[in-house]
Amino acid sequence: MTFEIPNLSLALPEIVLLTLTSLLLVADTFWSRTCRDCTYWATQITLLIVGWLVFSDFATQTQVTFDGSFVRDTLSDVLKLFIVVVSIGIFLFSREYLLQHKAYHGEFFVLGLFGVLGMFVMVSAYNLITLYLGLEIMSLALYAMIAMQRHSDRASEAAMKYFVLGALATGMMLYGMSMLYGATGTLELTGIAQKLASGEVDNTVLAFALVFIVIGLAFKLGAVPFHMWVPDVYHGAPTAMTLYLASAPKIAAFAMLYRLLWDGLQLALPDWQGMLVILAALSMVVGSVVAIAQTNLKRMLAYSGIGHVGFVLMGVAAGDAEGFASAMFYIVVYAITSVAAFGLMISLARAGMEFEEIDDYRGLNDRNPWLALMMLFVMFSMAGVPPFIGFFVKVAVIEAAVNAGLVWLAVLAVVMAVVSAFYYLRVVKVMYFDKPAETSRLEPISTQLGLAVSLSASVLLLFGLFPGWIMELCYRSLGLSVVA
Amino acid sequence: MSFEQLVFYAFAAIAAFAGLMVITVRNPVKAALWLVLAFVSTAAVWILAEAEFLGLVLILVYVGAVLVLFLFVVMMLDINLAEMKEGFTRYLPIGVLVSLVVFGLIYMVVGPEHFGLEQFKPTEHGPDYSNTKEIAVPLYTQHAYAFVLAAVLLLVGIVAAIALTLRRRPPSEALYQDIDAQVRVRAEDRLTMVKIPAEVEPDLPENKEEEEGAK
Repeated sequence: MTFEIPNLSLALPEIVLLTLTSLLLVADTFWSRTCRDCTYWATQITLLIVGWLVFSDFATQTQVTFDGSFVRDTLSDVLKLFIVVVSIGIFLFSREYLLQHKAYHGEFFVLGLFGVLGMFVMVSAYNLITLYLGLEIMSLALYAMIAMQRHSDRASEAAMKYFVLGALATGMMLYGMSMLYGATGTLELTGIAQKLASGEVDNTVLAFALVFIVIGLAFKLGAVPFHMWVPDVYHGAPTAMTLYLASAPKIAAFAMLYRLLWDGLQLALPDWQGMLVILAALSMVVGSVVAIAQTNLKRMLAYSGIGHVGFVLMGVAAGDAEGFASAMFYIVVYAITSVAAFGLMISLARAGMEFEEIDDYRGLNDRNPWLALMMLFVMFSMAGVPPFIGFFVKVAVIEAAVNAGLVWLAVLAVVMAVVSAFYYLRVVKVMYFDKPAETSRLEPISTQLGLAVSLSASVLLLFGLFPGWIMELCYRSLGLSVVA
Repeated sequence: MSFEQLVFYAFAAIAAFAGLMVITVRNPVKAALWLVLAFVSTAAVWILAEAEFLGLVLILVYVGAVLVLFLFVVMMLDINLAEMKEGFTRYLPIGVLVSLVVFGLIYMVVGPEHFGLEQFKPTEHGPDYSNTKEIAVPLYTQHAYAFVLAAVLLLVGIVAAIALTLRRRPPSEALYQDIDAQVRVRAEDRLTMVKIPAEVEPDLPENKEEEEGAK
């Protein structure tokens, strides 16, 4: 067997990211005493370089390398760019939080970059092994980052829960993948698709494999009934980590859904569509109804995240390219909204005053009108109030579901969107109409942080006023022209 | 039943029994030893399936290295067993029920009907067939990308483990031995000669009287 050198230039962003991260890992040990901020800035510069590398060689057609285990297409590049942008936001806010809580370690940023690398691998994976390895690289980095605040019992508990349930989910998924290999005899997603098209596949084994794969995916996404870990982990983890968990990995999880269910198992649609419909319906109901009872903002956002995952799965359950495009549109916007929401919590938080309870936001308008306005943007966007982008993403997934004939699911989605509006608007009511417990003005936040918060929250309004281009980006990357 | 089948079922039964013992014995050291048995019998099954390299690697790496380390860790940790076993008997019936149902369902799919010898016929190999080479060549060519990624995964594991266990304490809190400094030290760094003027204590006649009075 002769060995052909694979086309490495396609994987240049990943190679550069890995090299720079490894360098940073070593450099951090030297810098940690003399120049604390160096690691942070180097992290941001690394992300900018990688983002530029993706952008400068933007793929317009599908190219495969490494013997069919790596793919570069428009979808992968668009998702990678969004991951980079969201990660820059994550690290910006995290640094502030870590400095305030005296938990600033260079390893946080190094592990964060490894997590980004794992996401890149997942987004570009074209066979089952690489998909699994990417997922594991990302998850391992996440477990460690949550547990890094050692003296915090809550963080340790969250890390432990996430680790055990994550390992269980990985086991399920791996078992499903091995069965898929047993049914089709190939690891490559295109090979699996061809095998399915040829009709030589044992359908019982295929359905069995799909059940385990979908369970694994649902666990990772936090869809009901595999959602039990989400509120505890979001609540227990330090806010900087919740911010990470709730944003960029969701984009990568969408990529995994797309690669497995669409690139690989498109022809098994009748088998997985029903499961996804159930997951979507349950997630939307539980996410919307249980969040009403929460008094902690992080828990509330965790349940709202479960609800959002339900909407994404509804788009996927539509089972056509339009459905996937709308789901992608939704998940990207959700990731940006999460950065804005948790970023706001981080900017308000002081050591000893976490701004986690909804009651802490009582009368925020009197204490800091600008931040209250930004929070209003975030809450309106999450609730899906028209001028904000949150409205358009909901319309997109509901339209996809209706076009696919899932009218009852679309009706349920609208009802649940109305129910969830209650708890988003409650936060707004608490900020604007309740009397504050303390009347003192809040300490002013740093200019950098203020700018970042303002930017990430007002982007939601800006995108909402001009939703065309981001929507077009998502639809184009799946080879569709925009319908709306 | 052929001899090969007999051997297979014997080792499979040992592996299953050992696996059951791993999760039921009370002593974690014994559990680790049962795990050794489970691995060894699984390795035997693999060798029977003509995957000699994997079977040997399982014994060398898992039994030889990983489990020995594991045993050390288990012996060093003082785990409270009674606490960990709490709730075991309470949830046992429902656990057994669920696992039996799941086992039945899995058996229907993974049983001989779908994965029997009719569907997956063992291939005959010539005498010059090398199992190791069959694994090595695709591993370093076809799966080169995955191979590198596995290395990255291990690196992340190392970074995570060190980041979670390393305690950077300032030197004032913990005592570290700085051998360089110890070697370089000279007498004048440690010893200071201080001139102390001689003092003569004056007589204290009152004290003497008091002492006598006390007597």
